[in-house]
Amino acid sequence: MKVLLSWLKEYVDIDVTPKELEEKLFSAGLEVEEVTYLGENIEKIYVGQVTSIEKYEETHLYICHIDCGEQGHDHLILTGADNVFQGAKVPACLVGAKLPGGLEIAPRKMKDMMSYGMLCSGAELCLDKDWYPGADVNGIMILKDDAPVGMDIREYLELDDYVFDISITANRPDCQSVLGIAREVAAFLGKEVKEPDMGYTCDDTVNQDISVDVIDRDLCPRYLAHYVYDVQYMESPLWMKRRLIAVGHNAINAMVDITNYVLVEIGQPMHAFDLDTLEGSSIVVRRAAQGEELVTLDGKKRILDTNNLLICDRNKAVGLAGVMGGLNSEITEKTREVLFESAKFRKDSVRKTARGLGVHSDAAARFEKGIDEYSVECGMARALNLVQSLGVAKVSSTHSDVSAGASTERRIIRVEAAKVNYILGIEVPETEMVRILQNLNFGVKCEDGILTLTVPRYREDIETDQDIAEEVIREYGYDKVVPAFLSEALVTGGGMNAAQRKELAVKTFLCSQGCFEIQTIAMTAGQEFNQFLIPEDAKERRAVEILNPITENLSIMRTFMAPSMVRVIENNLKNGHTDLRFFEIANVYLPKSLPLTEAPREVKTLCLGYTGSAEDFFTMKETLEALAADNDLTFTYKKGNVPYLHPGRTAFVYCDGTFIGTFGQLRYDVVDSLAIAKDRKADTKIFLAELDYDALCTKFKDGIHYVPESPYAKISRDISLIVDKKVECGDIIGKICQADALVSKVQLFDIFESEKLGIAKKSMAFNIELASREMDVTDEMTDAAIQRIVELLGEEYGALMRS
Amino acid sequence: MFNADELRKAFLDEIEAAKSEMQLSDVWKKYLGKGGSVQKLMNGIKEVAKEEKKAYGQFVNEVKVWVQEKYDEKKAEVEAFELKQKYEREAIDVTVPVKLRPVGNLHPLTAVKNEIINVFAGMGFEIFEGPEIEDDDHNFTRLNVLKDHPSRDMQDTFWLTEDLLLRTHTSPGQIRVMDSKKPPIKVLVPGRVFRSDSDATHSPMFSQMEGLVVDRHITLCDLQGMLDEFVKNLFSDAARTRLRPSYFPFTEPSVEVDVSCFKCGGKGCPLCKGTGWIEVLGGGVVNRKVLENCGIDPESYSGLAFGIGIERIAMLKYGINHMGKLFENDVEFLKQFKA
Repeated sequence: MKVLLSWLKEYVDIDVTPKELEEKLFSAGLEVEEVTYLGENIEKIYVGQVTSIEKYEETHLYICHIDCGEQGHDHLILTGADNVFQGAKVPACLVGAKLPGGLEIAPRKMKDMMSYGMLCSGAELCLDKDWYPGADVNGIMILKDDAPVGMDIREYLELDDYVFDISITANRPDCQSVLGIAREVAAFLGKEVKEPDMGYTCDDTVNQDISVDVIDRDLCPRYLAHYVYDVQYMESPLWMKRRLIAVGHNAINAMVDITNYVLVEIGQPMHAFDLDTLEGSSIVVRRAAQGEELVTLDGKKRILDTNNLLICDRNKAVGLAGVMGGLNSEITEKTREVLFESAKFRKDSVRKTARGLGVHSDAAARFEKGIDEYSVECGMARALNLVQSLGVAKVSSTHSDVSAGASTERRIIRVEAAKVNYILGIEVPETEMVRILQNLNFGVKCEDGILTLTVPRYREDIETDQDIAEEVIREYGYDKVVPAFLSEALVTGGGMNAAQRKELAVKTFLCSQGCFEIQTIAMTAGQEFNQFLIPEDAKERRAVEILNPITENLSIMRTFMAPSMVRVIENNLKNGHTDLRFFEIANVYLPKSLPLTEAPREVKTLCLGYTGSAEDFFTMKETLEALAADNDLTFTYKKGNVPYLHPGRTAFVYCDGTFIGTFGQLRYDVVDSLAIAKDRKADTKIFLAELDYDALCTKFKDGIHYVPESPYAKISRDISLIVDKKVECGDIIGKICQADALVSKVQLFDIFESEKLGIAKKSMAFNIELASREMDVTDEMTDAAIQRIVELLGEEYGALMRS
Repeated sequence: MFNADELRKAFLDEIEAAKSEMQLSDVWKKYLGKGGSVQKLMNGIKEVAKEEKKAYGQFVNEVKVWVQEKYDEKKAEVEAFELKQKYEREAIDVTVPVKLRPVGNLHPLTAVKNEIINVFAGMGFEIFEGPEIEDDDHNFTRLNVLKDHPSRDMQDTFWLTEDLLLRTHTSPGQIRVMDSKKPPIKVLVPGRVFRSDSDATHSPMFSQMEGLVVDRHITLCDLQGMLDEFVKNLFSDAARTRLRPSYFPFTEPSVEVDVSCFKCGGKGCPLCKGTGWIEVLGGGVVNRKVLENCGIDPESYSGLAFGIGIERIAMLKYGINHMGKLFENDVEFLKQFKA
């Protein structure tokens, strides 16, 4: 919300500096985002009069003598402009002057003659003709004859003024206007608000038969219409143009400018319809039919649906209610009769329409925040006052007021003063509360500690004692709050629970394994499925889609972590980092049904990503094994297949027989699709693990239970086997464990392939430990067990013992 | 009578000459071993007159003790010498670099999150984590963000269906906690949140930490007291907070909380844009409608709530100048955050 200081001063007496005003607005909850001084970078420029002018022979220049009154009567200034004449009043930039473009004026030699200053154009002062007539001429800006010689140009051009850009919180739509801000300023300065002049007289001689029919009153609780005639197509007065321009509007014509002026001043969006274009002199407010069309003022055709509220005449739509008028009812130079509209449209309806159709207008922005019915009345009155006082049109007595029936009485609420203090935690004296609330235009009666408050009509946000507490502390001062520490609250135990501590422990453990934790965005792009070679019917493609994504790249919720991890590795490789270990624990989102009928499962997933010359399948497996060992778990592995992983280097990971994830090497063709240097692709190996962290959590032991060490002797033996190359070590170990109850540990200590062993054969050597919790293990028991193991392996895998 | 002095002299000479354990061992055999000089001396008792045997025995014993002592002294000396030589032989250049096995660390956002949790855990806050995919009811309606409320626009929402959405804040955690637990409540809700804007200062996903206290007579003063403690712990002992009016539908009164600039101490610098204050979080007294929506009687209980942006705190605390860095995950960036 932009507010011009001089405009504000018209309605409240401000006796503090702009800086102090900014601070006070800030403390009252009206954060000033920016203060702009209109005369910024304009210095030492005065109204000057040309006392003599002569051509500087053989140049394009003129030699001027300029009278600047108190600022010196004779300044010699050369100019190249042709439009300067003797007696003309001009903006004279004296030596030392500054201009908005950053230009500083110094004495300057032009064609062998010194010039002590410069005459400037409107453009050089960043002005256009709406701020000062003639500012747009190509040449020096010629000022009016009555411009006082010697006056600072900022004062003469009304640039000695400030624009406050104030951010208004959503609960205070009433502050979206000069008047609203004036009320707040008056409250904290302890001044009276002078309301804008809203008086007008109706002329009964000309009347019109108009009808207003509001069909959808739920979307339009109040609609005022007023007929004015004898409309003059004219420009607005300079003061009005300047105020509008200063706060970011364009000056268009008086009728349109008045609607904008009322919007800024009162906060009420107004609309002016050319009555000639309204068939049957009728207004009908109704929902659009599905597919109905309207060309809006910006010339765009809009296709509507039943959520859009329309202003129509008897036969056609003439405006999108609260958003933008129709091109067909626009004010033109031919307009002679106007029907003013001042209405309240429901904020969510306006918002939906504006967003849905992608139309942005000041009116919509204002309606979306909420209009109170008091503003509807004030807006119309002020518009009629301006129309009349500026001679833009004559005001008839023909008007219409359609209301859904909301009371125009001020609401009364009762609040205990003690409750206000209870909420705040400090003791604000009752007299202070009364003073503060009166300054905010509340009617206040205080009896036996009960405040009976008559709420201003524009304060629709005020309902409860908490709202009053906020009003009180806002004005009383937040610096009066005394920090305390829960004097009456019960003591509670705090901190992370076991699962939260565990997760942090897992993360810390992975850090100790050389991994850096990463955090990646949970949304991803559908095309990643193709890059990761996910088959059309694979479960990964069953993803939750975002209805309104900001970009195609973030349009679905990830169903697996690999793409996010690979992106991070890709970027690091691009940045020249080659040895990388990363992990992330985050959610993947798995729909229970598609289309979505209930919230999807959020599955916490642990993802590892390794790359670098020292990394291979087994370095990653080492981390997994260490993770298992750190948590007293046992992982088992089976050869697996995952679409984006190397078919010969992919494992499924199990814990206690439950599948918990996959790991392996990223396929070369996926690596090839990454945006990394071509010559690096061939030897870039990326390893990925993806574990269902939630499933893993169910395997974690709850607490530590000490088991005394076994007092019985155990025995370990080594065996060495020759098997087919295809036989997997994991299967052999599994079989050994099954073979005898005494087997307590099996460790591979050697594996190799050699021609000496036979074609497609390999040798594996294991250390087998045998133990019992009931007795000493004897050599006889060991021999028997080893024999069983060897027999079993022979039967299952054709394994031969090596001597 | 043997000449004991001769034996002593010869022994002294020989033991002095011994430079290694080996030579020492030879000396031991010669004097103290079986058939050694001391033993022979002892055997001489046979030839001593009966009445002198006692005195002789004492004399020989003195010699034996003396020899043993001298031997022990020397042995200790030789051992010490040999150990010293071993140490000298084994001396290494301790400055030779090793091949370091890399050590990772937590992401700065996790580190800051943990730090905040630790501060509030000490005040008796539990940690609750809610779902990232929420419904309208938890994310908006029961937090008093009604259907037509403009603050729905304050938080541009990613919608999944007409009802399901990516939570726009961690505040739905308040509702979930109050649904399952009655006062006294002190809880922190950390988590990822999502909003549909993305530019230099916004990421479509970021992290928040919600705080909620519901008990008897919780006031605005408690909010400031608690947050004072928080900023002291997180930034510096000298840090103070300042409250100023703001608006959130779920708190009333609502405040923005500024912390005194920890870089300049409040004098004004580029970090605080010359104001001496830095905006760090929002909060307020829990709106009675929210308590009612969760079946807690606002006449008996009151509450305070606050929401902290983790990225913002991390950026301020570590001096990170660009939010995007936090999600780029460049390893050179990440490795700077060793705790």
